This record gives sequence, structure tokens and C-alpha cells, in this order.
Amino acid sequence: MPAPPTTASPATRALGGLSLAGLALLLGYALWWSPPDIVQKDSVRIMYVHVPTAIIAFVACGITTLASAMWLRRRSEGWWVLGGAAAEVGLLFTGACLVTGSIWGRPTWGTYWDWDPRITSTTLLFILLVGYLALRRVDNESGIAAQRGMRAAIVGLLLMPNVMIVHYSVDWWRSLHQPATITRLDPTIDGEMLFTLMLGIVVFALLFAWLLVHRFRLGWLEERAHAGGLDAAIVERRAEADLAGRTV
Amino acid sequence: MEPAVQLRGAVTLLGRFPALAGIDLDVAAGEIVLLRGPNGAGKTTLLRLCAGLLPLARGEGRVLGHDLSDRRQARALRTRVGLLGHATGLYDELTVADNVRFWGRAAGADAADVAAALAGCGLDGRLRDVPVAALSAGQRRRTSLACLVARRPELWLLDEPHAGLDHDGRELLDDLVQRAVDAGATVLLASHDLERAEALAHRVVTLAGGTTGAEPPPGRGRVGPEEVALVP
Amino acid sequence: MFRDAGLVAGKDLRIELRSHVTMQQVFPFAVLVLILFGIALDPDRGFLGRASAGLFWVTVLFCALLAIQRAFTIESADGGRDALRLSGLDPAGIFLGKAAAIAVQLLAIEAVLAVGVVVMYGTEVTGVPLLVATIAAATAGLAAAGTLYGVLAAGLRVRETLLPILLLPVLSPVLIGATEAFEAALGGAATDGWPWLGLLVVFALLYLAFGTLAFGTLLEES
Repeated sequence: MPAPPTTASPATRALGGLSLAGLALLLGYALWWSPPDIVQKDSVRIMYVHVPTAIIAFVACGITTLASAMWLRRRSEGWWVLGGAAAEVGLLFTGACLVTGSIWGRPTWGTYWDWDPRITSTTLLFILLVGYLALRRVDNESGIAAQRGMRAAIVGLLLMPNVMIVHYSVDWWRSLHQPATITRLDPTIDGEMLFTLMLGIVVFALLFAWLLVHRFRLGWLEERAHAGGLDAAIVERRAEADLAGRTV
Repeated sequence: MEPAVQLRGAVTLLGRFPALAGIDLDVAAGEIVLLRGPNGAGKTTLLRLCAGLLPLARGEGRVLGHDLSDRRQARALRTRVGLLGHATGLYDELTVADNVRFWGRAAGADAADVAAALAGCGLDGRLRDVPVAALSAGQRRRTSLACLVARRPELWLLDEPHAGLDHDGRELLDDLVQRAVDAGATVLLASHDLERAEALAHRVVTLAGGTTGAEPPPGRGRVGPEEVALVP
Repeated sequence: MFRDAGLVAGKDLRIELRSHVTMQQVFPFAVLVLILFGIALDPDRGFLGRASAGLFWVTVLFCALLAIQRAFTIESADGGRDALRLSGLDPAGIFLGKAAAIAVQLLAIEAVLAVGVVVMYGTEVTGVPLLVATIAAATAGLAAAGTLYGVLAAGLRVRETLLPILLLPVLSPVLIGATEAFEAALGGAATDGWPWLGLLVVFALLYLAFGTLAFGTLLEES
């Protein structure tokens, strides 16, 4: 079957279009239409990016763990590809979360890093993802799809539990010294600010889904190419053997 | 009686590369079969497949009644075979006796089996308490052999067992193989020491480029004390 | 399973007794790290004494990396993995045995470090029951998680660089828990420290359980 020329499709175009439109709307609300916070003034606006990316990063880890678990049960390529795709896009969102958190920190704390439990545990999450992806790259060496990837699958399976344990431990630890300042969502948050936040979550979820689908399809095509290569190699080996047999 | 080894069109994988492009092989219980072939023909790979260490990617395979395509059965098979490979599988820091004791007990052998294995391989004298790191290659081979003997496997898979052994060592090995077969084991060995191996074996199988060729080669008949050589 | 664990642990410890790698190389490394911290943190201003809980456990983490790498290096010599797969040993038993051997070596390292910290940093030892319990629980967790990730990295050529980034983030809860418990004990407020022990125990149990279940499949992938 010939490879499709692009990983796009009507579904992804719709998704992409929707996310772009959503982003535009979000920018409008975030930057102009929603009011500044009483305490934080305008720096709260970056929260509309920071909080959604944090949530999505967690969701991405959850997807990776789920995909790893399903792969361990079914050993089908789809789950393998999904685990990697979710981790990669998740890494992107985690990075965005860290950067926006740091930028928010400057006017709020006076410094780019404050050992706030969120930013500390998010940084550890970042490294957990980097480690997982590094292991996947190395683990990609060996044979038939059912055999390779065991190491990465185990680490992927443990990813979400690790994220949760780390998150909980860091939170508890820092709560003794300082309460979490980021994402302490004020329950009496103003209507328009709440709306913008919710909008942000929805828009970034769409963006994540769009990127994930593309990355998944790309990974799937890579797997097809690899599997095709394996069949070709078997045919070649047999041809070699026939040739050797004839000359004996 | 059920054959010890039965392969049909077997293909396995080494990492991502296919090996053994469709092998057919039958080994009856109690036979000693010699595998011949040039380097790279797949003798080592075939032995490892029969040990249950490699996956069966295509075709069918049964060893000692275990279906190789079922991973659980392949794993259960491993305790019933003994593989003497190129690598020693020994812990350098431990003594000969420590190694044989560890590997023997891991397979369920008791102290008597371990002692018998050491004695049977000529390792119960001076060499017994020498660390493996201080041994020569031939002595390490003997130690690996003792580890195998202690397990009392039903199928012996020997990958170039004579290599590195001195004359006494080779005699010892042949003797051990014969005694094991007399006690009911089956032996599949790969060797370049054709003279000695052919004298030992009941049957010869030639591998050419990952497939089994016709056996026996023209002009030679089955070798072994009971058989008659064909005259060309 | 436990019989096999005993065999494997005995084998690993016997190798250590013959080769003395932990004693001759990791013990000095541990003391060296304490000295390096002293150099970096100005011994005269009392930081070291106040920070000794944290410095102790960070050093333990670094030494654990070495101990774990070593535990799998001895298996990597000449066909060791195949031999283990063929051996007939229960993989869960191999896991527990290796973890037990690593734990014993870590306890020895921690004893050396404890002496070092008291002598070099002038730490006053109080709340001994909590200290001992923390050491037990934390070491179990380190050994269990370390053995699991250690075998994961073991067959890879990049294992020296990959193991730290895989393992250390996973161990950060142990660092947090152990440090807080130690600080509570050393600061005379031991009752504050016991909840942290709960975290350590849960961590250790989780990884012991998971490692026991997963080790078999991991051993197969080489």
C-alpha cells in the first residue's frame, strides 16, 4: 500500500481549524476582554496558558501510561506509537508550562524560580518524560513488534504513578514551608476570568488532540516502513540461502 | 516415542534481523546429531532456538514436547535443556565450585549432583577452589560443562564444545556425552572438529546459509558404530 | 521464590566479599562526596550540621547509583543473561535476591556515611528509633526501585548515562521523605517525622510488588 502524502485528513483539518479559531478567541479574551486580577494585575493573564498546559501535561502522561498498559496486554503497534506520540506532545506542553510558570513567577515572586511545589514537580515530570523518550529511542533497536519495547513499556506504565507520587510528595514537602502559589484557583474568581480559563483549557485540549493525531499518524507510518523492511529482509535472506545451496 | 526436536520451516529473529530462513529438522530421542556448516550458517542460532531462548517468528517447532511458538512453554522448556555456548556464563569472581554449586542448585540439583559433576569433569582436585578469573580458557570450558552436567538435562545443546579443550578434555566430553545418552538424553552438537564429532554422532546434518541441506552429503553414509558407510 | 532469592542474594554478596568493589571503591566515594560538600559549603558557618540530613541522603542516592550499576555489571560478563534465563531460577526470586544484596550493601554504605556525617559535620544524633526506621524503609525503597530500573538499563550500551535520569526523578520522593524524617529526628521533633516514614514504606511496598511481577518479562528483553 503506497504511503499517503500527508498525515492530514478532513478530521484533522477540522480539528486544526477549530483550535486556531479557539486560540484566536482565547488571545482576545486573555489579553483584552477579561479583567486584570486585583492582586496580580496583568500577570494573571499568563495563567490562561499556564494552567491548561499543566492539565494537558498530566493528561498526556496518563495517556502514555494507558497506552503502555494496553501495549503490554495486546502488543499491537498502535498502542506503542500512541505512547510515544503522547509523551512527545506532552513534553512540549510541559516545557510550555514550565516557561510560562517561570515568566509568571518573575513579577509575582521577584524571581524566575521559587521552589513552588508545582514548578518543582513539573520539572521532575519534564525529566521523567525525557528519560522515557530517551529509553524509547534506544529500545527501538530490536526485532518483531511484539518483542521490542518492553523496557519502554514498563517505564511508560510507571510514568503516571511516578508523576503522582512525585507530585504528592513535593506538595506535602513544600506545604510545610510555603503554600502553592500557582494554580491556587480562587473560588470566587470573577466570571469573565473563569470563562477565559475554561476556554483556555478547551482550546489547549483541542490543540493537543490535533498535534497528537498528527504525531500518531507519523509514528504509524514509520512503523509501516519498518515492518515492510523486515519482510523484505526475510525474502532477501532466503534468496541468499538458495544461492548458497546451489553452489554447494 | 515423541521426537526430541521437530522443526518445520522455522524462522527466528536475532534482534531485528531474521535468521534461519525456514529450517526443517527432526531429532529422535536418544540420538546424537552433529550440525555441520560454514561460519554464519546458523548453527548457534539453531541451538539457541532449541533451548527456548529465541522466539519462533515463522513456521512450527516442538522441542521435548514444548511448542516453541508459545512463550510460556518455551520458558518451561529451558530447565530441561542444557546449553553449552561460546560464552562461559560463569562469574569470574567466584571459584569453580561456587559456580557449579550456584548454577546447579538454581536448576534444582542437590549437593550430590554438584559433587558428581565436579568429579566427572575432573574439577574436584586442585582447581576446585580457584577463582574462574584465574583459569585458562579450556579450564573455563570444563567448568561450564560441569555446570551443565549438574543440571542433568534431557537435551544437550553443545555449541563447538571441543574448541579450547585439550586432548584429555575432549575425551572427557565424549565420555560424558555417551554416558548421558545411555541414560536417556538427546544431544545436538555443532562442531568444527569433524573427525571426533562424526565418530561420536549417530547422524550428520548440514546447514547451508540458514537452511538444512540434504543429509548425508553424497559419498558418505550415516556415521556411527552400527551403520555402514556408503561406497560411491 | 524465596529459595531462589536467597541463592541469588548469597551469590551477589559472595561476589562482593571476594572482589571488595563496594568496600574498596564505593565507601571511599561516599566519604569523598561528604568532603566535597564540605568544601563547597563552607564548614565554618554551621551549614553542614543543619543540612546534614539532606546531604546524607543525597550522598546515599549517588552511592546507590554506583551499587546498582555494579550489581548488573557482574551479570553482564560473558553470556550471563542467557545463563540466568536458562537457569531455572524464578525471575521474581532473582529480583528479590538482587534487591536484597543491594540493600545490604547500601546499609553498609549508610553506616559509613553516618559515622562520616557525625564526625565531619558535627551532627548531634537524637531520635534514634526514627532514624533507624527511616534507614530501613528508605533503603528498601531504593533497592527495590533501583533493581527494577537497573535491569531495565542493564542490557543497554548507554546504561551509565541513562540510569541516573531514569532513576533519580523516581527516587525523589524517597529523598524528600527520608530527609524530612531525619530532620525531624535530629531536630528533636521526632513525632513530626513518622508520617514521612509512611510515605517511605508505601513507596518500598509498591516497588517491591511491581518489581516482583515485572522482572520476569524484563529479563527476557535483551
